Amino acid sequence: MGKKAIISGVYDTKVGALPESTCMSLHTEAGLGAVADAGLKISDIDGLLTAYSFTSPQLMLGGVFAEYVGMQPKVSASISMGGVTAGLMVHHAESLVRAGICRHVLCITGDNRMTGLGERVQAVMADVGHPQYEQPYGMSVPTAFAQAAQLYMHKFGLKHEHMAAVAVNQRANAAKHPNAHMKKPITMDDVAHSKMIASPLRMLDCCLVSDGGAAVVVSAADTARDLPRRGVEILGMGEGHTHEHIFMAPSLEDFGCKDSAAKALGEAGLRHADVDCAHIYDCFTSTLLICMESMGFYERGQAGVAALAGEFAIGGKRPVNTNGGLLSYGSSGAAGGMFHVVEAVRQLRGECGERQVRDAEVAFAHTLGGIFSGHCSMVLGRM
Amino acid sequence: MTQAELKPIPVPDSDSKPYWEAANRGVFSFQRCRDCGRAQFYSRSLCSHCQSKNLNWESSKGTGKVASFSVVYRAPTAPFAGDVPYVVALIDMDEGFRFMCNVLNCDPASVTIGMPVRVLFEERAGSPQKIPQVEPLK
Repeated sequence: MGKKAIISGVYDTKVGALPESTCMSLHTEAGLGAVADAGLKISDIDGLLTAYSFTSPQLMLGGVFAEYVGMQPKVSASISMGGVTAGLMVHHAESLVRAGICRHVLCITGDNRMTGLGERVQAVMADVGHPQYEQPYGMSVPTAFAQAAQLYMHKFGLKHEHMAAVAVNQRANAAKHPNAHMKKPITMDDVAHSKMIASPLRMLDCCLVSDGGAAVVVSAADTARDLPRRGVEILGMGEGHTHEHIFMAPSLEDFGCKDSAAKALGEAGLRHADVDCAHIYDCFTSTLLICMESMGFYERGQAGVAALAGEFAIGGKRPVNTNGGLLSYGSSGAAGGMFHVVEAVRQLRGECGERQVRDAEVAFAHTLGGIFSGHCSMVLGRM
Repeated sequence: MTQAELKPIPVPDSDSKPYWEAANRGVFSFQRCRDCGRAQFYSRSLCSHCQSKNLNWESSKGTGKVASFSVVYRAPTAPFAGDVPYVVALIDMDEGFRFMCNVLNCDPASVTIGMPVRVLFEERAGSPQKIPQVEPLK
């Protein structure tokens, strides 16, 4: 493999209820936005990676997008791996760039999942369950994630107030982001008294459903000097895939994130303590805490204690999900994870205004797909 | 009752036909590998531990323990809405495999991790297919 790759451009659309939006409008805005942010033109892009859409399912989403905007990339692929997809796109883009196959790879995610699916969204999501061994039992996505949370409470002293602290912190962060979906402040009490969905998960432990899109451009490192933005280097990446369905998970305590984080940090030659800001996939409050521990950021049972002590706050010891995350910034299918990547890059560029983590030099971003099934971690560094 | 109002009925395929047929006879069956000796759930054309195709069907004694669970208050689809609150659990069977099901015939609030359970077969409207479930082992 050649020299490291950089993320040269990022963009995220408005999120929330965008009734005029379509899958293609979000892709177009995000894709062209990221290309412009990188100081490039569509004709400079020689690789295109897209994800998937629930509202406008396509056999070849990448082909549909390329045709729509009028580009003929050298390399094109669509990746469909649930919430981990954004990380995987960056990983594949990095490989294409480092192997010398592409110079600039555009990675686009986006879906109008909120207004496009409406009330159907829970049923559509529950379709991820195994048709013979999960769906007949009325398993929702929260129910599946709740299995690990329940065990964590039983075995490692996870408390609901730990989870609530995650939700409250991220809502406060979202309030500082001009584009966030949910900015209305919430209290610990609000989370504790929100409607029970699947014990121990309450409504405010669950991520949003939003319309929105996000994109990044991954470029060869030697292009950095010609580009307008401060380059952000991909220092290390890793994946971990252990199962698809929760009943087949080899463990309910450790997941593929353990390997993905170890690989990403190892490749970067850095330790957990070197990470200035963490952007962790947070489909549920408990998911984030469990992954933080499985990845080694905290000892078992300590991530929730840290959240409650305020360590995850923007001025805290380990700022987490400074944009508000999937819980409060927005969650739009594969774009949920890409929002984390975009925020990580903005932190390293020093563009986050009142959300800015002081002297952020190393960011860690993590995406997760399925039910703790597939994981992708990346360590990004300010050049 | 229209199709849309029914709970999902498993559609057996070539891998799972023996499992679902056994359920209709009141037998909870699983596969064990003749080469590596490990049990697997769900049934497949090969052993997921060692990829051997030398598999044997066995009948479970039907007892196990709750590995974890959640009490569902918001059903994913309309056919389950009338059941809330209901329990979705992961069950570790004594033979060494795990499966998902509901814990029936008890107060959802009484379910705990480690609770002993036994398999029963639920009959559902609209299909002759019996569904493996568990209830507390008293």
